[in-house]
Amino acid sequence: MSELEAPAPARVGILEIFLTFLAIGATSFGGGVVAYLRSSLVTKKQWLDDEGFLAALEISQALPGLNATNMSVIVGDRLRGLPGAVAGFLGITLPGAIIVFVLALFYANNSGNDAVNAVLKGVGAASVGLLLAVTLQIGHKQLEHRLDMAIVAVTLVLVSFVHVPLLYVLLVVGPIAVLLYRPHKLTPDTSGLDKKPLD
Amino acid sequence: MKLLQLLGIFSLLSVLAIGGGTAVLPEMKALVTGQEGWGIDDAQFRDIYAIGQLAPGPNMLMVIAIGNKVAGFPGALVAFLAFFAPACVIAIVTSRIWNRFEGSQWRLAIQRGMAPIVVGLMLAGTIAIARTAIVGKNSQICLAFAAVVFIALYFGKKMNPALLILAGGLMGLVFLR
Repeated sequence: MSELEAPAPARVGILEIFLTFLAIGATSFGGGVVAYLRSSLVTKKQWLDDEGFLAALEISQALPGLNATNMSVIVGDRLRGLPGAVAGFLGITLPGAIIVFVLALFYANNSGNDAVNAVLKGVGAASVGLLLAVTLQIGHKQLEHRLDMAIVAVTLVLVSFVHVPLLYVLLVVGPIAVLLYRPHKLTPDTSGLDKKPLD
Repeated sequence: MKLLQLLGIFSLLSVLAIGGGTAVLPEMKALVTGQEGWGIDDAQFRDIYAIGQLAPGPNMLMVIAIGNKVAGFPGALVAFLAFFAPACVIAIVTSRIWNRFEGSQWRLAIQRGMAPIVVGLMLAGTIAIARTAIVGKNSQICLAFAAVVFIALYFGKKMNPALLILAGGLMGLVFLR
């Protein structure tokens, strides 16, 4: 048996999980889904406290997959196990999935249309500004050392300019970066009980 | 055959998507535009990305539009499930055992080490989209759009990104025809 997480609050219905994530999925435009999730899950529904929310977010960010969908399955799973996870996932993805599919059909039938192409070009160009802003904001929040900047630069050059497949980048740069931040370098032990020699 | 290709490529992308959708964009673009039989070029990849931006929810739902382009509704369904299911399974399993590593200094080291890689990958994702979106005869107008959105979001903290994206579409209708 594994030690389980903090006990979930009063039993939540599968339908309620689905509808809650459906509302988030239908209204979270243009990124920033974390703010929507927090306001819904922590403030309104109180399914999680702030600490639990941050713990789930931490897992979501460390793993493959999108924050939004990872959060939906993790929170759904904590509330009601696997059915809860499925309900959360379908809720957060269905509105967007249906709209993307309808837009894709429309696009397929109008791919020669000047107006359609012009709108999508404009959206694409605007997206570049959005992506850059979001990336730099995350960078400012999470990165502090020169070592961080070096890892950012190496990753960027390998992917964008040398075109190394992502799998190899992750397999090579990942372990090196983790080793560079290995425990005794990251948090010097202040208790004095477990002194390690410096490198 | 195409369904199997969709399954293989998007489930690979699913487990590689550390740091989220933007981080996996360069690889997705390379794999998707590199499939001879799929007939998706850079411009179409940009259009499909834009479709993802116009819909609510995660913009990586764009994989549905790719699947649809390649193999119709079954393709859309396969791309959707292949891109999301593996990552979701990993998330559920990990969250159930994650607390065992509470306070582990290696857990911190992993988070600390992966953070700059994710930022590097997101920058690479931005460049991948820029290379499809800021090209051709109107590239300077496109660059201006991107710059205005960036400045508005980065320096004006309270701007709504969705409105800026929609404004980009409207401006495109005016200036990019």
